Amino acid sequence: MTKVKVKKYQNFWERNRKSHGYLLKKTLLGYGVSICRFILLFGMCFLILQPILNKISVSFMTEQDLYNPIVISIPEHFTTENYKLAADIMQYSKGLRNSLIISLTIAVLQITMCTLVGYGFARFEFPFKKLLFALVILVILVPPQTISSSLHLHFRFFDIFGLIELIRGEPLNLTGSVLPYYMMSAGCMGLKNGLYIYMIRQFFRNIPKELEEAAYVDGCGTLKTFVRIMLPDAKPILTSCFLFSFVWQWTDGFYSRMFLGNTRLVSTSLSTIVDSLGVWIAKGTGMMNQTVSIAYSNCILSTGTLMIILPLIILYLFAQKGFVESLSSSGIKM
Amino acid sequence: MKKQKNKLAGLQKRKAISGYLFISPFLLGFLVFMAKPFFQSLWMSFCDVELGAGIINPVFKGLKNFKHALTIDPEFNRLLVEQISKMCVYSLAIMVFSFFVALILNQKFKGRALVRSIFFLPVILSSGVILGLETNNQLMANLASSIEETTTGVSVTVALENILRTAGVGTRAFEKVFEVIDNIYDIAIASGIQIIIYLSGLQTISDSMYEAAAIEGCTKWESLWKITFPMISSLFLVNWIYTIIDFCMRSDNEVMKKFTTVMIGEMNYGLASAMAWLYFLIVMAFVGITSLFISKGVYYYD
Repeated sequence: MTKVKVKKYQNFWERNRKSHGYLLKKTLLGYGVSICRFILLFGMCFLILQPILNKISVSFMTEQDLYNPIVISIPEHFTTENYKLAADIMQYSKGLRNSLIISLTIAVLQITMCTLVGYGFARFEFPFKKLLFALVILVILVPPQTISSSLHLHFRFFDIFGLIELIRGEPLNLTGSVLPYYMMSAGCMGLKNGLYIYMIRQFFRNIPKELEEAAYVDGCGTLKTFVRIMLPDAKPILTSCFLFSFVWQWTDGFYSRMFLGNTRLVSTSLSTIVDSLGVWIAKGTGMMNQTVSIAYSNCILSTGTLMIILPLIILYLFAQKGFVESLSSSGIKM
Repeated sequence: MKKQKNKLAGLQKRKAISGYLFISPFLLGFLVFMAKPFFQSLWMSFCDVELGAGIINPVFKGLKNFKHALTIDPEFNRLLVEQISKMCVYSLAIMVFSFFVALILNQKFKGRALVRSIFFLPVILSSGVILGLETNNQLMANLASSIEETTTGVSVTVALENILRTAGVGTRAFEKVFEVIDNIYDIAIASGIQIIIYLSGLQTISDSMYEAAAIEGCTKWESLWKITFPMISSLFLVNWIYTIIDFCMRSDNEVMKKFTTVMIGEMNYGLASAMAWLYFLIVMAFVGITSLFISKGVYYYD
């Protein structure tokens, strides 16, 4: 074992001498870059992770530890009680299931639609294209909050002029149901859908025309070219768009509250977790008007946040492969 | 000759039709869901909106709301200017930071998957309900301050700032830079999406290009400028637009809060719409002008 090492070592110096010191310089430079990179990445990762680490440490503390000035990051009385309580208050398993179903279906629907639209904008010439694309930019620019002054009225006086009512032909209060939101998603008007269209279009524009032409020459129709040639190429951008869509849907409070008010989702239950905690404690002790201490409610809040983030991280770990393996499936590049 | 031309026109027509078919979901969605609230809010910005029991009654008042927003309202102008100037600095910082991080994350090193998933966290943390909860978490603020108290070291930026200040180097410009450095956490949190967009772009550049360049005697630095930049230049545009919009339209910025207070607090829908439209037009103009400049440099295959 050592012999081989020594031999290799000699080999290195020999090779170095033969290359007039180039090899040594290059190896050292490589190590230098790795070390710099490590320091940089470590710093930045710490920057991002620190609040999460704080939350993790807090989530395992008992209430007693929270007030103890000596305890900063490592709990003295280790407990998983907070998790049980938070899960109980948020009805975690139920919310998780609902959120999973809704986020997944919405994300798939939105990305499918946005891919079609993005491809249409990137690859076809038709009259008024510029104008229509300006509308996409408009949709990106208009955040739900801006038209919410209008949407607000919309849902407040739903019986008088609701758009959904116009379509369905009957005055129906759809605020509590999921349907209008699916319809909006199918029409690319969901959360940040303009952005997905834009991203996907930019991506498709960058695919060489020869690829498409070759497919046409070989007898592929428009749709077949899209499905067989273009889609596999767009895997990385579609993966990232899907991730965004899923994550934003998962944590979204605005649309969820507007359309899915009755369905229990993890995002909406997280935003009201502090109030729910108060109610829960009042119920448990039988005393009304009992205020929960800020520290403890924040502790539960941190626990709840962690529980919501966790599924997303797991999803990312799986979806990440989509980024890395994208190259192997691509056709001609360059 | 003529026949051939006709046939070409037919092909173009067919392509145009399939183009329309592809974008039809968007068109339908826009017409059904977006157009009405959109124009309604535009209309309302020219009106005084009276709220009765179950009815809204817009009364046309011309430019009154806009005049009110710009000349009478004490806060609006100031907030607008502050927001725009802040946006310029932060958007640039976010663009540079995220590009830099994406470049690093695109290299091959041990534990890349782990680091990448850590850099994905900001996407989660800066979204939806979590962002709102994050800002008013008292306990975390207490923890942070208690940690700050126990560490007696002087922060590097403060020391550096003092040195530069005593040296008398131009302070205004440096103040901005230091402000950005001090708020690096905000920038890191805000740049999660941009990093992923850059990464997905970097992934599609094939290695053979770099290889060819290296064989021709290109240094890494040169190939960064000659290969990486043009290849992902279209994503610069995406990111720039996204960054600006994300920064301007976040519900926790001052201008947005102002809208909410005017709309829900004072029940003045007309004024709120006018303000929103003014802000919206300014941002739109800014995005339009800057993206015009950027798109000059964008490289497409065709």
